[in-house]
Amino acid sequence: MKTKRMQGMFCKEYGWRGLTIFFGLFVIVLTIIIGAFLVYKGSDTFLTFGHTIWEFLGSAQWDPADSAEGGGQTGALIFIAGSLTTCGLALAIATPFALGSAVFMTEISPEFGEKFYRPIVEIFAGIPSVVYGWVGLTVLIPAIKTIFHRQVGHSVLAAGLVLAVMIFPTITTVSADAIASVSQECRNAAYGLGSTRWQTIWRVVIPASSSGIITGIILGLARAFGEALAVAMVIGQTTAIPTSIFSTTKTLTTEIAAQMGNAMEGGELKSALWTMALLLFLISLLFITLIHHVSGNQDKEEK
Amino acid sequence: MKKQTLAAFMTVLMVSGLIAGCGSSSSNTATATAAETTSAAETTSAAETTASKETTSEASKESTEAALPEDLSGTITAAGSSALKPLVDDAANAFNEKYPDVAITVDAGGSGEGLKQVAEGTVDIGNSDVAAEEKLDAEQAADLIDHQVCVITMAPIVNNDVKEGGVTNLTKDQLISIFTGETTNWKEVGGPDENIVLVTRPTSSGTRATFEKYALDGNEEASNTSMETDDSGVLLQNVKDTKGAIGYVALSYLIGDPGVSTVAIDGVEPTLENTYSGEYPVWTYEHMYTKGEPNEVCDAFIKYIMSDEYGANMEALGYGVSSKMTVTEH
Repeated sequence: MKTKRMQGMFCKEYGWRGLTIFFGLFVIVLTIIIGAFLVYKGSDTFLTFGHTIWEFLGSAQWDPADSAEGGGQTGALIFIAGSLTTCGLALAIATPFALGSAVFMTEISPEFGEKFYRPIVEIFAGIPSVVYGWVGLTVLIPAIKTIFHRQVGHSVLAAGLVLAVMIFPTITTVSADAIASVSQECRNAAYGLGSTRWQTIWRVVIPASSSGIITGIILGLARAFGEALAVAMVIGQTTAIPTSIFSTTKTLTTEIAAQMGNAMEGGELKSALWTMALLLFLISLLFITLIHHVSGNQDKEEK
Repeated sequence: MKKQTLAAFMTVLMVSGLIAGCGSSSSNTATATAAETTSAAETTSAAETTASKETTSEASKESTEAALPEDLSGTITAAGSSALKPLVDDAANAFNEKYPDVAITVDAGGSGEGLKQVAEGTVDIGNSDVAAEEKLDAEQAADLIDHQVCVITMAPIVNNDVKEGGVTNLTKDQLISIFTGETTNWKEVGGPDENIVLVTRPTSSGTRATFEKYALDGNEEASNTSMETDDSGVLLQNVKDTKGAIGYVALSYLIGDPGVSTVAIDGVEPTLENTYSGEYPVWTYEHMYTKGEPNEVCDAFIKYIMSDEYGANMEALGYGVSSKMTVTEH
């Protein structure tokens, strides 16, 4: 009886261990395969069609031929600039709101924050991007037209606002978790030294949770960078570098989404689109590395 | 013991979930199954065809007289052009009323995607705005058989305020000058004092290719001043909502009251009648490609779309009937 139970125990031990190892490795392998596939597809721009990396990253001449002969120009600077400006704007708008909300729901009014505020913010995160885009198109675009007296409402500003609403919940929830995890002793110590609540929050709690807040901001930025649908609906997709917040422009993701269905397989245009996909992959890799770097530093400090 | 069985069951469940997850979205899985069924259907119908080769060749002669088979079953998958999709969807519904046992799946995805998938054998029919040679290499294109199912007419459309301002006709030169970004204010072509806002489609779009070729005489649109839209529906909406906007869509998008105004080119209104007579120049054939000769079900479906019986429906949807064209070249 005893040996049988022992056998069962070991069976489970090794069986489940094997299974978790399999799943873990599978995810790692999958990530590597996706990366390798993007490198394989994206390198055609440089190897087959003979463009340089500097042309791709630094030139605003975008006119790839939709054929296997090539001979066009593949400067993606317009899309890189478009992505950076819209995401930068979104971040600039969303971060103050998100930080304010996070402090409010953890420090100022924790009970109300946990019961009502957090669920409400989480609803924001669950709304599909097409809904944001559509609402932006029907509400925001006409509003920009009337408020700023412009003929066209589609703009970097509209895209930035839509993205800001989309990334706001990510930054808020991650920051709030970080702030809540600051130990009560720190707060008590600050109060004990005669700090006001604001001094405690500003001088003790926020610095102590800074790595978590930065992680939230980077996660929000990553979401903003990857968003295609909602941005495409309100940015007005013009192949030109944005010169003001009312300019229409394109981002990496909107251009890929707009062209991939019609582009010729193996053509120069499709290769250039794959290279842009590879660039997005590398950017998200960079974000993840940054997050690990930031939280790694925090761990060291705590030790 | 019971726990172990449960564990084993869960494992199977998780692994199968994992595999299904690899196949990405559920719709894909559905298409995959459909494709499998089709290939099965294809093999059977292929067997039938070989068995009765002589009869089929006789039948195909007769079938030009719209002698469609009595009863059919099987599946058809089609993908490609979003401009052609509304027609194929409508035809699929009408065809299903006659042959309820035929399951038809129609996906959009763009002409390039449709051609690629039919060349690879992923779908039975690839819908395209352009000839296969333009999007595939010669070797792949040679395997495909072209069925020119209908004619599609592209019309320049403007915001209603432009028409109220007096622009109802543009010469070809004016049109070229507007779309290449040289003319930037409507008053230069007899309209209101308003900036011209170009609303167009991406460079790889079939609609854009047709418009550039026949309305702009091959001149390229100014990409750096135009707002591109991912599909014709959005384009229509943007032209409707933006003062001073000009764009172009297929006539099929202008059925009912679209809320925008069409513009005549050189005095010729963009209508199906003017397309049939050859006066209006901006039109192209819509293609349905099959890899090799279509199987029995696909053949019947394509013949049904091109039949006189369905022709009236086609015109009601804003597409032109190929057989009514008095000109075949531009």
